[in-house]
Amino acid sequence: MTTVHNFGVSPISCHSWSGDRKSLALSQNSNEVTLFSSSGSDWKQTGLLDQHDLRVTSIDWAPKTNRIVTCSSDRNAYVWVLDDNNVWKKTLVLLRINRAATCVRWSPEENKFAVGSGAKIISICYHEKEFDGWVSKHIKKPMQSTVTSIDWHPNNILIAAGSTDFKVRVFSSFVKDVEARPSPTEWGSKMPMGYLMKEFSNSSAGGGWVHAVSFSPDGSKLAWAGHDSSISVADAANDMLVMKLKTNLLPMCSLTWIRPNTIAAAGHNCVPYTFIVESDAVKLGSAMEEDKKKESSGKTSAMDLFKNKDKLGQNELETKLNFTHQKQIAEIRIVGGQKGDVDTFSTCSLDGKIVVWNLKTLAGQMKGLKI
Amino acid sequence: MAKNTSSNVFRTLDVDQFNEDNYKEENDTDPAALGPNDSLITSLLAANKPVEALTHLLSGATLGIKDQAARTASLTLAMRVLMAIKVSQIDDAVAQLDNESRDVLMKFIYRGFEVPNEGSSAHLLVWHEKVFTVAGVGSIVRVLTDKKRV
Repeated sequence: MTTVHNFGVSPISCHSWSGDRKSLALSQNSNEVTLFSSSGSDWKQTGLLDQHDLRVTSIDWAPKTNRIVTCSSDRNAYVWVLDDNNVWKKTLVLLRINRAATCVRWSPEENKFAVGSGAKIISICYHEKEFDGWVSKHIKKPMQSTVTSIDWHPNNILIAAGSTDFKVRVFSSFVKDVEARPSPTEWGSKMPMGYLMKEFSNSSAGGGWVHAVSFSPDGSKLAWAGHDSSISVADAANDMLVMKLKTNLLPMCSLTWIRPNTIAAAGHNCVPYTFIVESDAVKLGSAMEEDKKKESSGKTSAMDLFKNKDKLGQNELETKLNFTHQKQIAEIRIVGGQKGDVDTFSTCSLDGKIVVWNLKTLAGQMKGLKI
Repeated sequence: MAKNTSSNVFRTLDVDQFNEDNYKEENDTDPAALGPNDSLITSLLAANKPVEALTHLLSGATLGIKDQAARTASLTLAMRVLMAIKVSQIDDAVAQLDNESRDVLMKFIYRGFEVPNEGSSAHLLVWHEKVFTVAGVGSIVRVLTDKKRV
């Protein structure tokens, strides 16, 4: 079943849940981030983070340490901490970028966060005690264009970044001051800061911005969605085999792993789809919602029928899509469970709604849905 | 009228040359394979086997050729093949192709739209509809996003 949360008519560009899933931070395509808390079935606004000057591009709420990081087109990012009076206070972050920040994600241990930007740089930020703020180290080479999406490997060191130069790259973000040297993984053993572990091209035909990247729950596979309507999975454990599926659908904007071998992706199609990852190929699963065909009301009078035909050229004006979301989905976030073992996930869309999808009840309802 | 007394020579400068930040295209060398066997395709057309000609054309098509004359030549050949296939044969022809070939076919269809001859667009529209039913919106998105044009 899906639960629909309506937040007005403004598009919701990004959202993030608190650790206890009772609070939600979202931005409605503006320079403000609003915090809501659920009391029963209602949402009450409990906070407003309004320090940014330009549009907020990404929000991430760290579940364990309860800190929110926001980044914006104004080339800044802020870390917000709840103080004793229950007010969110901002902490300074020195990103040192000269273009917009596009996406931000906390690392699994929440001692670092990575910010992708239009300056072709990823800023890895960590807390500096003497400065009492967040300082950054840059990953520059060999990115040639804006970084659109970032995902962390479970080992807290490796980062995957998708970019508008049609490539997906895996970097190491090892910060000596903050953590111990990591042990080798399937992606490589040498991991100095900023080292490019692997680079993948989205398409041999040379195109398609990468919209979203996601490591599998164990970190051995990397999935990404490209603007050429494709979903690709690279398997590091299997000799870096890249499996690409060119779909018949519109491009996806966001994806995550709901089972060890199943991906949920959503985007311009306004409905999430599942993709099954087999040992050598990616296959399309199914849409998570059936096309709800409206039955035309049989009561339209003959006069209305001809009036419409004259005015509109067709019998009825059908402007509603047959899905819950009416506009493209911007982001998918896990609500219940974790990557690889998801019970519920949420999608935010440009129609102002956040819809929470419950996989167990959906699997029961839709017979074609294999999860 | 007011006369422009300041210099506007700057308007003739290409500012992008001086901006180091520019995205530089990867200069791929021209693809080695010279494309489909033209003579084979023409002979198949003459032998009244346009559907086979189509399969050969699509599997042999190379994307990303920089030479404009070669591209126009391959387009003309592709149009000949597409026009030679009758409307009733289109369904079977499309069903026989694999996904890669269908994507290339959609690219040829859109290129064909760009240079219409008499009656070509109508026939291409039928092709478009048939390929769209099988390959979906995704194939059209790939016509737009793939940088290596046919």
